[in-house]
Amino acid sequence: MFGQSILSLVIWVPILAGVAVLATGSDRNAPLARWLSLGGALMGLIVAIPLVTGFDTATSAMQFVEKTTWIPAFNVHYHLGVDGISMPLILLNSFVTVLVVIAGWQVIQDKVAQYMAAFLIMSGLINGVFAALDGILFYVFFEGMLIPLYLIVGVWGGPNRVYAAIKFFLYTLLGSLLMLVSMIYLYFQSGGSFDIQTWHATTLGMTAQTLMFFAFLLAFGVKVPMWPVHTWLPDAHVEAPTGGSVVLAAITLKVGAYGFLRFILPILPDASHELAWFVIMLSLIAVVYIGLVALVQADMKKLIAYSSIAHMGFVTLGFFLFNPLGWEGGLVQMISHGFVSAALFLCIGVMYDRLHSRQIKDYGGLASRMPVFAAFFMLFAMANAGLPATSGFVGEFMVIMAATQVNFWYALVAATTLITGAAYTLWMYKRVVFGSVTNPKVEAMRDIDAREILLLGVLAVCVLGMGLYPKPFTDVMHASVVDLLAHVAQSKLP
Amino acid sequence: MRDSLIQFAPVLPEIFVLAMVSLILLVDAAVDDGKRAIAYVLSLVTLAGAAFLTVRDFSTMPLLALGGLFIDDPLADVLKLFLYLSVAAVLVYSRGYLRERGLYKGEFFVLALFALLGMMVMVSASHFLTLYLGLELLSLSLYAMVALRRDSSMATEAAMKYFVLGALASGMLLYGMSMVYGVTGSLALGDIAQNLADGTDLRIPLVFGIVFIVAGVAFKLGAVPFHMWVPDVYHGAPTAMTLFIGSAPKIAAFAFAVRILGQGLESQVAEWRDMLVILAVLSMAVGNIAAIAQSNLKRMFAYSTISHMGFMLLGILAGSQNGYGSAMFYVLVYTLMSLGGFGMILLLSRAGFEADQLDDFKGLNRRSPWLAFLMLLLMFSMAGIPPTVGFYAKLAVLQAVVEIGYVWLAVAAVLFSLVGAFYYLRVVKLMYFDAPHDTAPILARPDARLIMSANGLAVLALGILPQPLMAICVTAIGASF
Repeated sequence: MFGQSILSLVIWVPILAGVAVLATGSDRNAPLARWLSLGGALMGLIVAIPLVTGFDTATSAMQFVEKTTWIPAFNVHYHLGVDGISMPLILLNSFVTVLVVIAGWQVIQDKVAQYMAAFLIMSGLINGVFAALDGILFYVFFEGMLIPLYLIVGVWGGPNRVYAAIKFFLYTLLGSLLMLVSMIYLYFQSGGSFDIQTWHATTLGMTAQTLMFFAFLLAFGVKVPMWPVHTWLPDAHVEAPTGGSVVLAAITLKVGAYGFLRFILPILPDASHELAWFVIMLSLIAVVYIGLVALVQADMKKLIAYSSIAHMGFVTLGFFLFNPLGWEGGLVQMISHGFVSAALFLCIGVMYDRLHSRQIKDYGGLASRMPVFAAFFMLFAMANAGLPATSGFVGEFMVIMAATQVNFWYALVAATTLITGAAYTLWMYKRVVFGSVTNPKVEAMRDIDAREILLLGVLAVCVLGMGLYPKPFTDVMHASVVDLLAHVAQSKLP
Repeated sequence: MRDSLIQFAPVLPEIFVLAMVSLILLVDAAVDDGKRAIAYVLSLVTLAGAAFLTVRDFSTMPLLALGGLFIDDPLADVLKLFLYLSVAAVLVYSRGYLRERGLYKGEFFVLALFALLGMMVMVSASHFLTLYLGLELLSLSLYAMVALRRDSSMATEAAMKYFVLGALASGMLLYGMSMVYGVTGSLALGDIAQNLADGTDLRIPLVFGIVFIVAGVAFKLGAVPFHMWVPDVYHGAPTAMTLFIGSAPKIAAFAFAVRILGQGLESQVAEWRDMLVILAVLSMAVGNIAAIAQSNLKRMFAYSTISHMGFMLLGILAGSQNGYGSAMFYVLVYTLMSLGGFGMILLLSRAGFEADQLDDFKGLNRRSPWLAFLMLLLMFSMAGIPPTVGFYAKLAVLQAVVEIGYVWLAVAAVLFSLVGAFYYLRVVKLMYFDAPHDTAPILARPDARLIMSANGLAVLALGILPQPLMAICVTAIGASF
């Protein structure tokens, strides 16, 4: 019955569930709000399953396409569709939403309905970002998701939340507004169309491409985030509630990286080739420099935030190597980072709920108090460091391999992450989990309960599964990646 | 006899409003304070009646009447309908506020309707004389409305400033009109356009005339550098009057600008475009930057209005049907948002308390989640964030300037709107992130609450489905030019 409109369901089910949750009103109905949100999030995941089962991995064309007129005045369409690049991201997002709802089950006691609704609505909007094939539709989702995220950070965040929320909002808005002007320019260049696939075929002069390249780079680079426009991320992460951090790291960063593949590379191929060195340079700086910055963090959330920036550096590096291995490596790294960073932020959330501190120095000797937790934490820390057999290894390895094919020095510099990544993650792990208990409060900490085991267990399965057998993921992407690369290799100069 | 009567048919809504105002004036003099609701109801009936007449005689093509003084075209009819709507919203919003402050008098209704009549004449004018007549009727009513609160020194001061500067602007406008008359030998917009289309060797007087006319228009819109009156008047006037000044007159000012520049002086677009570019950039810059420093919400909205008018000018300066349509969309959306913003201040005010400080909005989410949500929608819409309608308004005017090749102007506009986003976000921050500092219950009347909900949700609904309003604007402009 709904076979023709799966993508619409994937977008609107969470949004409508969010509205329903909002309608439960005050905190007196908090239990109802929680169960309703869990139901909504699960429904959102269930309606996304046909995307996997019905997906044709042999073709690079858009699938599950829906298209109706929306704003004829500007020739804007409600145009949805997914390919091998966006489909896994939609699934990741729907999956993480369920985790986020469970993660906030007990922790959030204030304005529960609004908290849950914000996450559900944001989940729907992010699915829209990945599914939109119309420029304006994309922009509406892309900007619209800022509103719930702004509220999540600002209302339920830490002490410095207002600063972080406003900084985050204005930073990302700056990039997107310049992107909007570029989109309008493309609209006229393509003869009055906001269709992204039409833009892929539009010829553009080098000057226009270069200018638009920087506008789009700013829009997506801020979201990724790339060095040097990354400074909003540590602030937002540290101040956000656990669920907010999870979504920020696991999903919103991917929106930026996705923009590279959907907009910058195919629409501006000549400028992308011309300026690839520039992006590669920024990515390598992110990998090396931000890795070192992570090493000296005293706050666990900040440390993971910086490590996210370094890992996303791998993604952008992979994209600008222009070979299939690099692209698939970047994509695998995106998904893997979604699992690993979500898991690590949940781990920090588990500790924070008990001790109300994120400072590494307040911990020590957790292994004796929380053995089960320590085991999970170990796995995710290893995955973050890129240990083989975890998902973290696959993406990094592929990107380094791809870099070797292009330029040995790129590969060498990128490979230093294997050292710094291991250093900052494992050093943090050592200080937090091992050693003797120095803080009397740690003495009283209880191990994780069933709800938390469920959360971390599911993610552990994902991390290991993807690390041991990544083929299903690369299979899904392969056709789209090869086709897109062929497209990017063609010049669009008039 | 019959022919001369038919002459008056297009003017029927105006005649009806005039007759009703006179009736209200008489009736109100006869009833005592307890039965003031009669004037209120009669005013709403007037609006409904005028709306009925406008819809019934909705024109599909331009029709000149009264010997070329008056034009009835789709543009005028559509704008008139929005004028009625906006004035009706003002009346509903301000009822409680006026009553608590002893301003619930017949004069308010009479002045509001006279102002409406002036605006109707403005949007339907096809002649410098009618344009000026409508403008003065509007302005004089507004001066009196601002001064209605006699015992408030602030309101009186605001009215004084408004009057002096407004008179100056009218003078400039008349001076400019006289020069254009000198060059073209006509006051009718159609004749002017025709005479100028053939070219003229009197360039200097013509350009001088255009400069003065643009200055006069800019003053009425509140564009920088003719904006000095806006913050003081918005701040000093009782909030109900600010609500009135900040809504419908902007629609009329838009029509005024489009009639003169777009219809009368369309062949001179090269002359006035550069002037409007300067006005637009300055307005967006000064409006958005100065708004950050305000602690009074009415003042903040005043500066935000200045910046919005700058944005609207972007559409007009494009000088194309696409541009005028976009500007029209922008001004209608702006009116909707402005009604909501000031309406919210009225809703939160109570006897002896004006909720016009930014701090009065602290923790509104705890006091009333619904009102806070509506205000959130309005603020994000003013900032131009989708999925609210404010985004499409910005999109429309931006694409109009990109179309004429002014990409740099679009870039400047979005950068200033980024600055603007900050102070709108600050309002949201106060409502959602801070604890309330005023915990008194909100005593808004149900009718005002209802219209507030409609107003706020319209911002969201039009944001999800903007096509109907856009189509109206495009068709109205297309059929009138």
